[in-house]
Amino acid sequence: MNAPFCHRFLHAAARPARVRAACSVRRILLACSTGIASVLLATPASAQQPPIDGVTIDGVYRRGDKVKVMVDFVKGTNGDSITEILSRDLRYSDRYDVLPAGAAPGLTGAMNYALFAQLGAQGVVEASVLPSGTLHIELHDVNRKLMMQKQDFLLPGQPTNKDWRLAVHGASDQIELWISGQRGIAQSRIAYVRDNRIWIVDSDGANAGPVNSRGILPSWTPNGRSLVYNVVGDDASPVMLMDVATGALKNLTNGRSTAAQDYAACVTYDGRTMLFTRNMPTGTDLYSMPLDGGTPQRLTSGRGKASQSPTPSPDGLRMAFSSDRAGKQDIYVADIDGSNVELLTHGGAGESNWRDNPDWSPDGRFVAYQSGVPPAFQIMTVNVRDQTTKFVTGDGKNIDPSWAPDSRHMVIASARNSLTQQLWVVDAQTGSARQLTRGSLPRMPSWSRRLTGTP
Amino acid sequence: MPRLSRFAVLFVALPLAFGACKKKKPDVVPTASAPPTVETARPPAAKPVDPPPPPAAMGESEAAITTRLRAVILETVYFEYDSDLIRADAQTMLEKKVPLLNANPTVKLQIAGHCDNRGTDAYNLALGRRRAEQVKRFLTDRGVDASRIETISFGSERPAVQGEGEDVWSRNRRDEFTITAGGSVLKQP
Repeated sequence: MNAPFCHRFLHAAARPARVRAACSVRRILLACSTGIASVLLATPASAQQPPIDGVTIDGVYRRGDKVKVMVDFVKGTNGDSITEILSRDLRYSDRYDVLPAGAAPGLTGAMNYALFAQLGAQGVVEASVLPSGTLHIELHDVNRKLMMQKQDFLLPGQPTNKDWRLAVHGASDQIELWISGQRGIAQSRIAYVRDNRIWIVDSDGANAGPVNSRGILPSWTPNGRSLVYNVVGDDASPVMLMDVATGALKNLTNGRSTAAQDYAACVTYDGRTMLFTRNMPTGTDLYSMPLDGGTPQRLTSGRGKASQSPTPSPDGLRMAFSSDRAGKQDIYVADIDGSNVELLTHGGAGESNWRDNPDWSPDGRFVAYQSGVPPAFQIMTVNVRDQTTKFVTGDGKNIDPSWAPDSRHMVIASARNSLTQQLWVVDAQTGSARQLTRGSLPRMPSWSRRLTGTP
Repeated sequence: MPRLSRFAVLFVALPLAFGACKKKKPDVVPTASAPPTVETARPPAAKPVDPPPPPAAMGESEAAITTRLRAVILETVYFEYDSDLIRADAQTMLEKKVPLLNANPTVKLQIAGHCDNRGTDAYNLALGRRRAEQVKRFLTDRGVDASRIETISFGSERPAVQGEGEDVWSRNRRDEFTITAGGSVLKQP
């Protein structure tokens, strides 16, 4: 429904390149090429795609091709905070060149499209906070001199309220949907472990804090309302289900077997089934059980070799997991019932045969994992279809990847730049990274799906 | 037991009688003398009280015996990197635990496997369990009833020593022992 707007917008934005002199075109291509270069190296196939009929070459969104967007100063109460959040969200999506709002004069009355064009903006976000606290946002196409979209966004409470920030992120994500046809990922959260407690942080690094007293290896349910995680305790090691909003806990696996230790749980995309790892005296295997209770079913038979860390495919038909069944730890795929096991990862240059912590991307195309590259681990992806692999990181120690909802970014635990381990958000297409957390050792991150529902 | 105690009295009393011991005075009144040849035959570095622990001395309180035996049962064993094989030094240590466990059949044990912080968290949870299971098997193969031992893994979640490097890692790759029942009074075999 929004896709036509996106194409029209991009089409229009690119029009000056066609009508201007050749030198302008060259300048634009040059500007683009520097940004694209690294991507082209990594994904040569994308560069060879022919232009789509009816759309100019500059108008087709391609990796590394960034639309220039300006977020004008947001008028009204808390306008400064909103300006900052919207601008940063767009910047963090790595799809736009976000021009500084300070470059634009304070606007009164009609949009001065000519001025915005002069400043290099293709799209302008105009926003104001209405008397009720509602955020009104308009998206303008500078070259067409038109307002393309507008919408009111309800902001619950005050800026100190976590849900207020989340709602502003939702507005950012909607703006991205208008521009590119793909919703943004700002309105999402990352769960992780710090000091053996589960913490949650917003996608932009705000609102970091603990949500329970102990637990490790958290993973979101698809609706973003709950987490499954496990406790490694002296008496019992169950998988727990926690309602994030209320803190209500449910013990999912305890008491079924005193000898069992359950961990590394995840929930399938339909929200009905939990996959987890069960550690028994006889071995470590994958199990599944209904999320609302039931008898765990064993999915693998390791005969002394471990199978663990399951991750479901988005279509619900398959899963990936790690196993040392053939010697060293490696990544395998299987049907969701554990049948038809196949090795997914094959060794590559400079890569030792030790892989773990797979995470299947929400678009189903890739599995990210950590690979032993002495002396540390690096993050890699493997294409599920043709099994080609690619390094996402190359420096320092990088572990525990978890895909963002856009299947482009991921959160990892990384010790880099001479810093102790922190969580970083990495753009898997360009390798660019931003630090998400600060403070004492964070680990085991899990990125939620989009949290579009009103909390 | 009486025979052992008499031997112990000799053992403890000898150094006292010949003034060779500068250790803290034991609570035992020397009651026997022995020919000096016995004393000279002892290795000079041997100490009367320090490891290896001597058999119970007459008058050693029940609590003292229990404390001494418990220390043997609880002594941590260590592993090589990414391995659940029982090392030679660990085997020696475990062989000392076996008679104590068999002499105290009410004792129940938890064996907790731990790993260094290399590998991944999930992998280490599995490896720690294998380490615990290996030691359990060692003990049950030598007569300790399997129902008395439960195993658990803490993976790399509870390091004994914080930090990086082989010295730290080697001290974190371990099985720890906890007496979960029947340990209030321990008998010397």
